[in-house]
Amino acid sequence: MAETAYTTADNDSYLTHDRGVLSWLFSLDHKRIGVMYLVSILTAFLLGGTFSTLVRMELMYPNKPAESVVAEKTLIPREIFSKDNYNKFFTTHGAVMIFLFIIPGIPAALGNFVLPIMLGAKDVAFPRLNLFSLWLWWSGCVFFLLTLLFGGLDTGWTFYTPYSTSTETRVVPAVVGAFILGFSSIFTGLNFIVTIHTLRPPGMTWFKMPLFLWSLYATALIQVLATPVLGITLMLLGVERVLSIGIFDPKLGGDPVLFQHFFWFYSHPAVYIMILPGMGIISELISVFSHKHIFGYRFIAYSSVAIALLGFLVWGHHMFTSGQSAMASMIFSALTFSVSIPSAIKVFNWLATMYKGSISLQTPMCYGLMFIFLFGIGGLTGLFLGALATNVPLHNTYFVVAHFHYVMFGGTMVAFLGGIHYWWPKITGRMFSEFWGRLAALIVFTGFNLTFFPQFLMGTHGMPRRYYDYSSLALEHPEIATYNFLSSIGSLILAVGLILILIYLLASLFNGRPAPANPWGGATLEWQCSSPPPYYNFKSPPTVDDPYDFTNIHYDPEIRGYIKTTDNS
Amino acid sequence: MTDEHHTIAESSHAGEHEPFLAHHFDTHAQQLNAGKLGMWIFLLTEILLFSGLFLIYTVYRSHHPEIFVWAHQFLDKTLGGVNTVVLIASSFTMAWAVRCAQKNQRRGSIVLLVLTWFCACGFLGIKYVEYKHKWQDGLLWASRFKPNEHEIEAIQKHYPDPGHVASDVENAPRNAGIFFSIYFAMTGLHGLHVLAGMIAIGWVLRRSIRGDFNSQYFGPVDFVGLYWHLVDLIWIYLFPLLYLIH
Repeated sequence: MAETAYTTADNDSYLTHDRGVLSWLFSLDHKRIGVMYLVSILTAFLLGGTFSTLVRMELMYPNKPAESVVAEKTLIPREIFSKDNYNKFFTTHGAVMIFLFIIPGIPAALGNFVLPIMLGAKDVAFPRLNLFSLWLWWSGCVFFLLTLLFGGLDTGWTFYTPYSTSTETRVVPAVVGAFILGFSSIFTGLNFIVTIHTLRPPGMTWFKMPLFLWSLYATALIQVLATPVLGITLMLLGVERVLSIGIFDPKLGGDPVLFQHFFWFYSHPAVYIMILPGMGIISELISVFSHKHIFGYRFIAYSSVAIALLGFLVWGHHMFTSGQSAMASMIFSALTFSVSIPSAIKVFNWLATMYKGSISLQTPMCYGLMFIFLFGIGGLTGLFLGALATNVPLHNTYFVVAHFHYVMFGGTMVAFLGGIHYWWPKITGRMFSEFWGRLAALIVFTGFNLTFFPQFLMGTHGMPRRYYDYSSLALEHPEIATYNFLSSIGSLILAVGLILILIYLLASLFNGRPAPANPWGGATLEWQCSSPPPYYNFKSPPTVDDPYDFTNIHYDPEIRGYIKTTDNS
Repeated sequence: MTDEHHTIAESSHAGEHEPFLAHHFDTHAQQLNAGKLGMWIFLLTEILLFSGLFLIYTVYRSHHPEIFVWAHQFLDKTLGGVNTVVLIASSFTMAWAVRCAQKNQRRGSIVLLVLTWFCACGFLGIKYVEYKHKWQDGLLWASRFKPNEHEIEAIQKHYPDPGHVASDVENAPRNAGIFFSIYFAMTGLHGLHVLAGMIAIGWVLRRSIRGDFNSQYFGPVDFVGLYWHLVDLIWIYLFPLLYLIH
């Protein structure tokens, strides 16, 4: 092994290779593009998070509380903003979180940074396309901002017709923005597929690839195969708004349910665009922090591809109450269960990996364990919703809201946080504070469950989603007011946890200790290059080994990191 | 796609200064393979983009065949047929241009690219004439569908249709405008792709004139060619589906 790789003596990293703002904005380096994505999507997350907090504050109390339900003296006014603004806020929360944060989140930010290094390549296959896709993302953002500035959007992130063709709010700029963001996502996926096919160095066979790459590959397949359908749907919706071509408008002979089919044909697979990369991160974390070879490598790899493919067959479960035929609903319901098989395969393999492992509970692993727990809840409640009979009463209630937040936040966002903490030393060359890291993880866990667990109960007690006020409901079911109150308090705790993470991560840039090349004991290739990596990733082509073989990786207290020894010493 | 590609790996010398070999590729062959795979995946996304429209076509035609049978009579089969021939000819010149680029025949490649470009122009010109007629006749998408009876009679005299379906306006099936919504959506999106193709052909033409391409590096001509064939192929499906309905 080239031990020199572990010294930080020569300072030429990708961060210092060129200087100046323009050297970033026009950089073709996948690492810099990844970092720019990271900063951008976190800004979007902050925006989306602010809107969700506003929504929760509005729902903290019913607008006209019965005396017996909530005492007269309340901390905040009961009506904070108008119902029209409420509709715009939850729409913006959904649209920003989905299109700007969670879809590009892991693949474009962490994936861009990590994928070529893990693969042992110098860059992605098309660096210019990679930069173009980031610029497209920014342009999409501009259209979203225009939407907000010129009156907002109130259709919900799903743009259902006929409401989206008749509302007074700004549908066209939002649709254009989402269309552009779709192409940004397609180009990222295309780039990743070609990179994995053509830039693997000698020795990096398909089954030597880390599981994160398998999950990114499966994700890219969905990005490429599903997103164009969203593209044409949004294009037609935009044309419908401007010219009234009537394809989705029943007045002119069109079919609004067809819009829902089109929309969910993309948007259900998109759910797996969101979760699959997260599962990939968890596969890395569980193995590295258990210091034990991943259990069932091939099963996890194939299950990623299986989820990607099965995900295309289940979109109709969003439409059980939309007037779809009973036969179609039954078939979609049955097919929906099939997705749970590869998902469960992953969870059981992670558990088997930890069994008799030497588990170290460092911050990234806290998120790894959190993921398994929360995704377990989110996934199992998904079965309630996939089953036709239970779906009908639960449809459009808070049960659905709770379910997808358990999967999207409890799954993807938690995996994203785990991934950020895991690769932070590699990206920035600095270690963050373990104490604050674990504390924040605990706060996030508490806040998250307090926010969303009561929503399951709310949903089963009949609270519909997207409602501005639940006063009359609370008269009949006073417990709904309690659940809403708890949920809103939880969202504040969650916000505190997330802001804490932001603070200590930023602080680590200034006072964190310099990171060793391999702080966690990982065996994948990115831990072979220095932290932060040099401009061309590897000075000489890396030697490819089993990505989960930890036998020769030992802790060196001197550098407070792990080194790989060549002999069995 | 052709046999030439296989010989490239041997003739490339790593380490030499290669102006068009990106730093992260080892050989021209690797770069070409990556580009080709990328292009094919991109074409796949294009097919999926159009597939939405083809699906809409299928759904509405299977639910309302009478609309399609009635409305298609107003499309000009002659102009549509000529356009089909123009595009097939342009595919031929494009394929030949790629071949020339691969064989270092710079001048041939330039002439053929220019021919392809003019075919594309011709296609859009004819499409413009067709759109203009539709506009004058009020044969527009659903909300603007107000057929102009006088114009339609004139067309009927010009192209007497021996079909069994009456093409007079009173006998128009309900919601007949949806056919023209679909017609304009499909041909409009296709027209935009022709326009994009013209820009792409112009770009490789400029690079050919500059002398960028040789038997080792001709990827961009090849990729634009692939894209152009797809645009043609989509029209080859659109023409019978819209113009030649029974």
